[in-house]
Amino acid sequence: MSPEAPDDESNQSLWFVVAAPLCWAAHFLVSYATVAVWCERYAGRDGSLYQARVAVAAYTAAALGGIGLIALAAWRRYQHGGGTEAFDADTPLGRHRFIGSATLLLSALSAVATAYSALTVVFIRDCH
Amino acid sequence: MCSPAARSRTLLAALALGAAACRGPQSALDPAGRGADRIATLFTIMAVGAAVVWLAMVALTVFAVRVHAAPRVERRTALFILGGGALVPTVVLTALLVYGLALLPELVAPAPAGSLRVAVTGEQWWWRVRYPGPDGRTVELANEVHLPLGQAADLRLDSADVIHSFWIPSLGGKLDMFPGRTSRLALWPTRAGRYRGVCAEYCGASHALMAFAVVVEPRAALDRWLAHQSEPARPPTTPLGARGAALFLADGCGACHAVRGTPAAGTLGPDLTHVGSRHGLGAATLPNDAGTFARWITHPESLKPGVHMPAFGMLPPADVRALAAYLEELQ
Ligand code: HEC
Ligand SMILES: [Cu+2]
Repeated sequence: MSPEAPDDESNQSLWFVVAAPLCWAAHFLVSYATVAVWCERYAGRDGSLYQARVAVAAYTAAALGGIGLIALAAWRRYQHGGGTEAFDADTPLGRHRFIGSATLLLSALSAVATAYSALTVVFIRDCH
Repeated sequence: MCSPAARSRTLLAALALGAAACRGPQSALDPAGRGADRIATLFTIMAVGAAVVWLAMVALTVFAVRVHAAPRVERRTALFILGGGALVPTVVLTALLVYGLALLPELVAPAPAGSLRVAVTGEQWWWRVRYPGPDGRTVELANEVHLPLGQAADLRLDSADVIHSFWIPSLGGKLDMFPGRTSRLALWPTRAGRYRGVCAEYCGASHALMAFAVVVEPRAALDRWLAHQSEPARPPTTPLGARGAALFLADGCGACHAVRGTPAAGTLGPDLTHVGSRHGLGAATLPNDAGTFARWITHPESLKPGVHMPAFGMLPPADVRALAAYLEELQ
């Protein structure tokens, strides 16, 4: 993820910045669909949410793991070149570091958002 | 300019007015049921939480701009931004979210088995209400819901046309009514009285004129009311009322309205068997009296835009008076 030569910008991608929010979005979507399908097709109106909650726990672990890896890569980018060049500098290294810092901050936000989504099934235990 | 004493008196009066506005038959801030009680507490905690955060922010702004308007150490500032801008909001929001979520299971729990079951269907722009009658058969009523004091009621909600939402602010949370799907809402009234329910989901021209009366009373009183409501209509006792009864059938009202005990058995509009006893007309938006009946029959559109009842303005005034007298007698 973090290319060795930041002055070569040909393989830099902005997608890196949105990777963590995408993890949150995927987690939200898949959790929502799982719970909806579970209640509608299998458990019924008064059924227990147990199996769906286990699934959401697994998705949460996966999403937080993914966000963690992205954050780690972002941190490395941010620290690139000793972390001394101003990260808003109009230079390849400055841009490289900027993308790292933006990604790092978005990773933190995505992690909190993912945890908030998952909190729902900590409290809601059945389908009604 | 008014004197300080006068000014504080005005302020007090305004506060008292504000507090009085929190009461009334349709106030989520004056709960008369378990659900509404939890929601009112939630609101207070959220409002106080928001006020504390807001005050802290204003204090910080004043501090930064007025009290300590000097350059700061950069490192400490970064820590401050991280803590004040990210950490503290996250902690505060998490606390409020956990508190809010923890309330949910109780609010969405179904009513215990054996609770009084009331089915309500939202229709543009009135409410079809069905109770289990004393003999086990379903009794169809309209625009009025009676609930047992101190007991749970199991409401089954759906819609005949578009999405509506069933909300009695004094008693509990609101719940959407979908065509083709039955939603369940448990209400647990704790204070007897008369309240007002409303449609809380925009559903067309007269959405704001789609209300219903709510009466919370001890179970024995409710059973008496229900026994009365499940009886067929009493025959009119006055000559004018008797003429109205005949006109009701002759003018075709019975095609849409049922008056049990008579040949009128329409189901398109509200059941009118005991319409004279209701706490309001036009889905609890108008007073229940002969004058309103007459106005409703001759030009319902002016009382409720888009109403799905044709105007009978062509009827001679004497016929309208007779119809109104008949409807009033349907106690
Ligand atoms: C085409 C069907 C139709 C016909 C015919 C009709 N009505 Fe209605 N009526 C309705 C509908 C629908 C409503 C509910 C309107 C609303 O509140 O949105 C209604 C409401 C009413 C109400 C108010 C009930 C309440 O509790 O709010 C009265 C009273 C009434 N009609 C009387 C009459 C009389 C009297 C006639 C005959 C002269 C008549 N209606 C003919 C459809 C009809
Ligand atoms: Cu509505």
